[in-house]
Amino acid sequence: MSASGKDDVIIATGAAGNLGKLVIQSLHREHHVVAVDRRPILGLPKDVEHLRTDVRWRKIENVFRTKNVKAIVHLGLAHNPRGDEDQYRFNVVGTQRLLELAAKYGTQKLVMLSSANIYGPDPDNSYFLTEDAPLLGAEHHPDIRDLVAADGIVQSFFYRHPEVETVMLRPVHIVGPRVKNAPSNYLRLDRPWVIMGFDPIIQLVHEEDVVRAMMLGLVKGRRGVYNVVGPGEAPLSRILAVLGRRPRSIPSPLAKRLLDGAWVMRMTGFPPPELRHVQFNCVVDGALAKAELGYEPKYGLHETIRSVGDFMS
Amino acid sequence: MSEPVVPRRRSLRKRVAELILTDRVRDRTSELDVDVGELGVDPFGYDPETVKYAAAPVALLYEKYFRVQTFGVQNVPNEGRVLLIANHSGQLPFDGLMIGASMVLEHDPPRVVRSMVEKWIPRLPFVSIFMARVGQIVGTPDNCRRLLDREEAILVFPEGARGISKTIDKRYQLERFGTGFMRLALECNTPIVPVAVVGAEEQAPALYNARTLGKLFGMPAFPITPTFPLLGPAGLLPLPTRYRIYFGEPMKFDGEGDEEDEVVTAYVEQVRSKIQQMLERGLQEREGIFT
Repeated sequence: MSASGKDDVIIATGAAGNLGKLVIQSLHREHHVVAVDRRPILGLPKDVEHLRTDVRWRKIENVFRTKNVKAIVHLGLAHNPRGDEDQYRFNVVGTQRLLELAAKYGTQKLVMLSSANIYGPDPDNSYFLTEDAPLLGAEHHPDIRDLVAADGIVQSFFYRHPEVETVMLRPVHIVGPRVKNAPSNYLRLDRPWVIMGFDPIIQLVHEEDVVRAMMLGLVKGRRGVYNVVGPGEAPLSRILAVLGRRPRSIPSPLAKRLLDGAWVMRMTGFPPPELRHVQFNCVVDGALAKAELGYEPKYGLHETIRSVGDFMS
Repeated sequence: MSEPVVPRRRSLRKRVAELILTDRVRDRTSELDVDVGELGVDPFGYDPETVKYAAAPVALLYEKYFRVQTFGVQNVPNEGRVLLIANHSGQLPFDGLMIGASMVLEHDPPRVVRSMVEKWIPRLPFVSIFMARVGQIVGTPDNCRRLLDREEAILVFPEGARGISKTIDKRYQLERFGTGFMRLALECNTPIVPVAVVGAEEQAPALYNARTLGKLFGMPAFPITPTFPLLGPAGLLPLPTRYRIYFGEPMKFDGEGDEEDEVVTAYVEQVRSKIQQMLERGLQEREGIFT
């Protein structure tokens, strides 16, 4: 109970996602959690309240009115590569709306999950991009401009509302037995495509390590933008070798054309611009998160790589 | 779950390399001090295995083809951050390769030198992989700073493309030096070892640089030499000139890296004139281009 006599709660958006469920599992024993998602949530712990709504709608403000929202964990960015027209608005307007509510009702803490993909893989990239590197990810991949915009909204929120302790995490490719994102799905292929003559350095982080980083972000007094990295980095070819995959090597122009065709015919779930991830580097520096959040990955490099193999549906 | 087996098939390339890999080269490369991660590469993609196999043909080039002579190689410190600043010539960067090889084959203890390569290297298939595996990465200031913080040795050609593509009538006349290396040296408190390469200028004597043709092919230069483009790609093979590589004593400059241009330019000029002196010494000492 807070001073105002209202219940203390933590709002978790995107709670129906696989990562969302993991976050709720780590939070619900010690905190009263309100899970927000427009999708149904399977296997939600009994003590967690599910508010089935779109973040942009009025309904969510009731939680702020009737309870003391001490923290928001914002995982509610939709990443569907075939997202409809509305996905852009859902991500951008939804994030904006959440921040407005946080400022209006004096929420002390906001932890936002962004992504290191928004730096974008590029041949001009330096190794180990720091948090102040330009966010060029949408240059060749316009479909992620909403993710870049949402990240930018949170950055400006830092300066407009310093009273809200804001932590934004930009994890590298998240893998694990539960996640079903593009990098995990790619690594689960028996014969993944690689670009002939290219072998970029890839960084992976285990889903549970990301959740731990978020928990560290919730600690009082911490604010900032942090890259979240796993236990190391390795060339794509070696990661595939550890998994025992048999990659198909395809020249870049051909791979682009084939994937463009397959995408249009809905034969693949991989958007063609993502090919750049297996061609160029997008390697980030996780030193700041280590120094300021005290975050270090628990899973080793082999464990992290192999975790994609133990898929639990 | 069974342990995935990492295929360790020896390619034809490796078997050929094995044939010409001498014990000396094997020993020298295995002495290189590199900290590699669990999957056999360092954070920048450097792979000691690739280096070992690449070293075999490079050592042949070094010992038999260019018959490199070094002078003062021990001027390069045994450890700690250092910038090697050299003149650049010869149309193709064999000078960088030979400086790198001299540090592995002649310096005690052997040291890895990373040269800062052109921005278009990561765009080239195969070349991009090879360059990363032998430790050559793009010369952005951020990369350079990070490597110096790791106490590594870095080779920079401040003349860049201006130097390597110059025509034979301008041989051994240094082009304008960029100032980026000096600002990094000041900022990262790094000693500079000036390096002069004599012999590379004549390996591909360019009579004319057809820049418009170069643009057409997306190359920074298009040299017309007695053999190129006349003999096609074979004309790119350098002449077997004899290389002489001079290493000067480390130079130390004090500053923060954010000084006025005039100050930095004056420091750069000191390095440049030192290299010019060493070049003149080398030209006097050599008896012929091929001997």
